[in-house]
Amino acid sequence: MPTLSEAASRRIVEDAGVAVSPWATAADAGSAEEVAASLGLPVVAKLCGGAIAHKTERGLVRLGLSSQDEVGAAAADLLAAARPEDGDVELLVSTMVSGNRELIAGLVRNEQFGPCVMLGLGGILAEAVADVAFRLAPLERDDALDLIDDLGAQLLLDEFRGEPAVDREALADTLMALSRIAEDPEVLSVDLNPLIVDDGQPVAVDALVETA
Amino acid sequence: MPRDLTPLFEPRGVVVTGVSSHPGKFGFVALHNILSCGFSGPVFAVGREEGEVLGHPVLASIADLPDSVADLLVLCTPVGANEEIVRIAATRGVRAVFCAAGGYSEAGPEGVEAEARLVALAAELDLVLAGPNGQGVVSTPAGLCAQIVAPYPPRGRIGVASQSGNFASAFLNYAGQAGIGISRAVSAGNAAATSIADYLEWYADDDETDVALCYLEGLSDGRAFFERVREVTLRMPVVVVKGGTTAGGQRAAASHTGSLASDDRIFDGMARQAGLVRAATIESAFEAAATFATQPMPSGDRVVVLSTAGGWGVVTADAVTLHPDLTLTPLPDDLLADIDRMLPPRWSRNNPVDLAGGETRDTIPDLLHLTAAHPEVDAIIQLGIGIQGNTAALTRSGPFHPDHGLERIVDFHEHQERRYAEAAAAASDAHDKPVLVASELAVARPDNPMVAAVRESGRLCYASADRAVTALGHLVRYARRLRGRT
Repeated sequence: MPTLSEAASRRIVEDAGVAVSPWATAADAGSAEEVAASLGLPVVAKLCGGAIAHKTERGLVRLGLSSQDEVGAAAADLLAAARPEDGDVELLVSTMVSGNRELIAGLVRNEQFGPCVMLGLGGILAEAVADVAFRLAPLERDDALDLIDDLGAQLLLDEFRGEPAVDREALADTLMALSRIAEDPEVLSVDLNPLIVDDGQPVAVDALVETA
Repeated sequence: MPRDLTPLFEPRGVVVTGVSSHPGKFGFVALHNILSCGFSGPVFAVGREEGEVLGHPVLASIADLPDSVADLLVLCTPVGANEEIVRIAATRGVRAVFCAAGGYSEAGPEGVEAEARLVALAAELDLVLAGPNGQGVVSTPAGLCAQIVAPYPPRGRIGVASQSGNFASAFLNYAGQAGIGISRAVSAGNAAATSIADYLEWYADDDETDVALCYLEGLSDGRAFFERVREVTLRMPVVVVKGGTTAGGQRAAASHTGSLASDDRIFDGMARQAGLVRAATIESAFEAAATFATQPMPSGDRVVVLSTAGGWGVVTADAVTLHPDLTLTPLPDDLLADIDRMLPPRWSRNNPVDLAGGETRDTIPDLLHLTAAHPEVDAIIQLGIGIQGNTAALTRSGPFHPDHGLERIVDFHEHQERRYAEAAAAASDAHDKPVLVASELAVARPDNPMVAAVRESGRLCYASADRAVTALGHLVRYARRLRGRT
């Protein structure tokens, strides 16, 4: 099943109403610097292409770039790291979002029950901790709020280390957006991972859409 | 419109095929059970041997069945005979078939074809078809025990629909043990034409059934099940225990979401969204259903734990606190002041309410009523009663009874225990709030007068406080769903 590039994935989830970190693509180091200047530093730069699903494992994500020189150097490095099998690639530059809490949200199609929306604790421990819960799409708004209530680590959704509580209505908006994406039968799965909680607001800083 | 299952559960008469004089054969056992459990309508047996079985005349052919006397046909004949039997039975007015016979889709490709033909035939003749390969159907309001296994349960308000015949029997056994009865029960077998959702929809409309209890293993169309039971749970609580929850499901996935999407997590989300009450075990599923059948629906999650002494209150308070759907409510000031007037000052003065042995003759009944009456209390768990009766049991069976003044004290203790149990039920009824009594004596000494009186009050005496907390949690969660998010 093909996965779309992060840029193509971001367009789909953004159109559905998911809040994503501000971003733009760039073909080369020079235009990456221009994008960074217009977004405001610090930024994140990634190598982006349809055949690249797991960027982190290959070192294709550069975080916390805080000067134009760093952006330019990272952009050049990333383009040089492209392999022939990656096909067409470009750079994706986005605002660096920071927050102590990472969630994961997504959409998956289940053989028995059809499209299901997921919410869970994110970050590198997501699959080991597996504090996740599902609802069948389409979701009613109350289903989305119930899904948030289902997470085990409710304390993490309250005020946390000087940050405000997670905006549950905004998080429900994200889940409702995933539910809308499920209406397109071509979309097999969606990952919003991580969904960083920035000042209480969930913001997707990566997106991966898998299509039929 | 839900499928009308009246001819299956309330037949005017029943006809059993495959009846022989061999007491080990399914046909014999089914006939025996129908004749033995109080079914008041006419019963017909069809078999190859002439004469009588169990003193009951045996018809040589289904064609000998009189017109319009039997609604239900119980098939204990082999696969090859059944289609013709069903066709003829329909001409005699039969409207429902329970196919106990095996050899259908569970038995390979030929069985799959035979099952498809049987389903098509039932549809053509507009018959309800239950099974095949099921253990039978029970309907206590009709006195009907049309099954090839035991037991026949006491009458009650729980409707059972099970994808395993043996777990249907397990639920009925628990019903007998607990004294919390069953309205209808069916072993769905291969569920070729009538599915668990069909039974649930009919139970929801059934005046005899207040709560459904299901064992599920596989769902051929999970989505349709979800859409249908979501409506059912708005009218009736449905308790589900799911087998096969840990098997597989985690396919190699391109996405993290896919790799986290185990069958059990998806089922659990579906169950919550549909308002199903999902129990972890067969035993706790029965206890949840028994609780729905016998306790009022709570209006909130605020629980008070009442205890006579010792560690009971402490561990139960822990269990309530840890339960995500329950709140160990702070004792309201006015209630605390009222209890202060009833007890010496050493009582806990907190929730759990621990009397610390300070109670006198009327303290426990009075406290139950006082607590249940309080507007800031939604449910009560009562612990630590039964111990006077337990002491009395040893005294009564010892060498000194009835001398040395023992007769009087034993009688007093036993009387008190009955009063406590009756007060728990009366307080619950008067204030329309759940009051759950828990004691290990429920299983250790079912003859304990407190345990016996709880049972006589029509309620369950929980074998441990943990089990009462679990059951109450199900009740509170379901009640909250009915109220909706506020």
